[in-house]
Amino acid sequence: MLPRNLQAEQFAGYPPEAKTLAVANLRALQQLPLSFLPGLLRELIEYDFKFPAERTAIEKELANLSSLSEAQINQWFQSFAQLTLSSKLEHFDWINRPAQFFEQESAYLWTTHQLDAFRKAATDYGDRLRSTMSIEPLPIPRLGIAVIGQGVTTYDGSLFRKLRQYGTYFAQVKPESGLDLLLAAVATRAKAHPVPYGHWYVDGGQEANHSQLLTCVRYQALEPVRTALLRYMQTEIEKPGMGPEELRTNLARLSPSSLGMSPAGDAVLDRFQVKLLTEGSGTQIFSTTFAQWATREALRRAQPVTLLVRFAPRQRQRPMNELLSAGHDQPNLDFIGSLIDADMGAYYHWINQQRLAGAERSSFLVWFEGHNQALAIAPSLPHGAASSSAIDLGSLLSLVTS
Amino acid sequence: MTARSTSRQIPAANPKEIASRLGRSRRDFLRDAAGMALGTTLMGASPFVWGQAAKKRKVIVITFGGGARDQETFAPEGQENIPHLLRELIPQSSFFTQVANQGILGHYVATASLATGVYETLNNFSATPPEHPTVFEYFRKDMKRPPSDAWVVAPSNGFNRIGESECRSYGPGLGARVVLPKHLLSAVTSKGTTDYEHLLRDNYETPLYAPQLGGGEFELRQLETILKLSVEDFRAHALTLSSPDELSVYIAKRLMQQESPSLLWITMHDIDIAHSGAYSLYIDAIQRTDRLCAEIWKTVQNEPEYAGNTTLLILPDFGRDADEDPGGNGFQHHRTGDAASRTTWMMALGAGTRQGVVYDRPLQSIDLVPSLGAMMGFSPALAQGKSIQELL
Repeated sequence: MLPRNLQAEQFAGYPPEAKTLAVANLRALQQLPLSFLPGLLRELIEYDFKFPAERTAIEKELANLSSLSEAQINQWFQSFAQLTLSSKLEHFDWINRPAQFFEQESAYLWTTHQLDAFRKAATDYGDRLRSTMSIEPLPIPRLGIAVIGQGVTTYDGSLFRKLRQYGTYFAQVKPESGLDLLLAAVATRAKAHPVPYGHWYVDGGQEANHSQLLTCVRYQALEPVRTALLRYMQTEIEKPGMGPEELRTNLARLSPSSLGMSPAGDAVLDRFQVKLLTEGSGTQIFSTTFAQWATREALRRAQPVTLLVRFAPRQRQRPMNELLSAGHDQPNLDFIGSLIDADMGAYYHWINQQRLAGAERSSFLVWFEGHNQALAIAPSLPHGAASSSAIDLGSLLSLVTS
Repeated sequence: MTARSTSRQIPAANPKEIASRLGRSRRDFLRDAAGMALGTTLMGASPFVWGQAAKKRKVIVITFGGGARDQETFAPEGQENIPHLLRELIPQSSFFTQVANQGILGHYVATASLATGVYETLNNFSATPPEHPTVFEYFRKDMKRPPSDAWVVAPSNGFNRIGESECRSYGPGLGARVVLPKHLLSAVTSKGTTDYEHLLRDNYETPLYAPQLGGGEFELRQLETILKLSVEDFRAHALTLSSPDELSVYIAKRLMQQESPSLLWITMHDIDIAHSGAYSLYIDAIQRTDRLCAEIWKTVQNEPEYAGNTTLLILPDFGRDADEDPGGNGFQHHRTGDAASRTTWMMALGAGTRQGVVYDRPLQSIDLVPSLGAMMGFSPALAQGKSIQELL
């Protein structure tokens, strides 16, 4: 089936709000090429469980598409329309299974050497779409904070190497009550500028005391969910004929309740957390990967104005000879490896933050927990500079956000 | 696939510019650090005698995998991770700064493409032979070589069909012997010890799937008949190794000692631990692979069958996603198809190569097989790449 044959009743399987939105924009959807439309439906079908920023983006995109004339649609989507897809893809149930279609389309584009053309078409479309969208002013400039190196006593290596060119390195930070000061500052922002899902605290381990105004995701609290997921995956793998595509499809269908999460929870946040575990690679096993991916996904999807992530030590990857030996001890922790993971995670945090609107006014702070090294990036701070002045984290944060 | 990213992109140059820049930065570094000459100034001054080398010529190919980026290897901040390549191997090498992979960026399909000289389109996660003849088939058929003269040491079960294609005029019986060290390890280790199962898993790209073995894989009983290694000795030695690639190199060295194949292909894979998202493990694996490459070159010098007549080629199957590409997650994957994930390098050292020369013209990874054909004297009729003249 092709998009031009779309009918309103074909969205019957969509959640209520998504269905309403699809039907209201049916005419626009009918005009889109098949190489593009399922990508849009993949977002739309999840509309009821999206964060406010995502909902707004989908609404604006659909409104823009509906406002285009047929000639404009042809112009906007010419590059997508030139891609050729297989009849197998055309006959796929892309309305109800857009994510699965998208995976198969991706494989097909790779195989037929059309991926680069798709990439260019997608990038051009994104640029064009952004140029039409009004950007709402942020209530407060965006702030990112990364706390890395929990539990590390000494480290001789150089930290923040990738970030130094963008900010100021502080070598004499007073570490006392550092985490408390940072969390208190984040809570103050949340109280002064209440935005739904606007202020986040991600912890790669056991969370510290924090304000209930923060949207909190923590690795340790998800242990029962991770265990249930790994058990489910193991069962699926052992089924005859199970391959990666089928497994991914099955994982995508998992709901919070199917993994033992309480139905009384926050449906949007719970679904977000399940996706971190079912769509992320390594998030089920390594806490550092979980914290990095959660940060990236929170920024990409919820676009918070405040995000503090605290990395915790991950389990040590045991070398082959150790695993082959008879011992079955619980894996211990890799503190230094986790610090290196988190240092890179902080860099990615900053990159992902800078992709969002208001980047020119946003600021960022990364601190080596319990130690006196930090790096701050802010419009008011020099790039590639270093400071040896003694300063506590509360004052440093004030400097960053001033 | 990057798809419908609505996030703001950090401005970037076009892919060709990026690929060229990557190549230039590798060239500039090598010229400064290792005193290497630009290859264009040396063309036409072949330093080796092809006729004498051809008879005994041996070639070892190492894929520096699975996938490493410039910033963790040849860029200034990454050089600390590859001391052996920089100090020991590159000064002896012809170094090609721009090798592009225009095919599918999955490790099995990309390695199959390297081995056939055609961008293969097989399912990366299935136990499928390449569609086109492999370099091993060309070599064995044209040169009338026995099965023992072409070997592949591959990281995991998914590579067990890489030795020979399904091409009717080549195919079964003409390919390479394939040894899968992790498969051997699994076979000699008693059931129930599950701690190391993740080491034996097939593929970091999808750690949950291992295809059924089939085809001409190395049989366990051949541990003793070919490698002259008892199960007990193999198991005991495995206990001294820290990673699957160390096991692969151990097996490769045994093969060199016992079988002395003329064409040996070693696929490294530890680096692909990057898919777990742990940057420190990715870096550790690059450092280990760097060390193992030097170890193989040292073995070449110490083995009478190889010393003086062996060409070693080292190249990644592809790179990894750039930090700046919003469709990816930096080093973790190779999914975007951006320039960083497609542009790599190659070094060639030993018999028939010029030492200390950098070439920065763009090549393709499928150029490898025609070049091997020209070096070893066989005709890869169906390969689509072009022979690299600088290696001839």
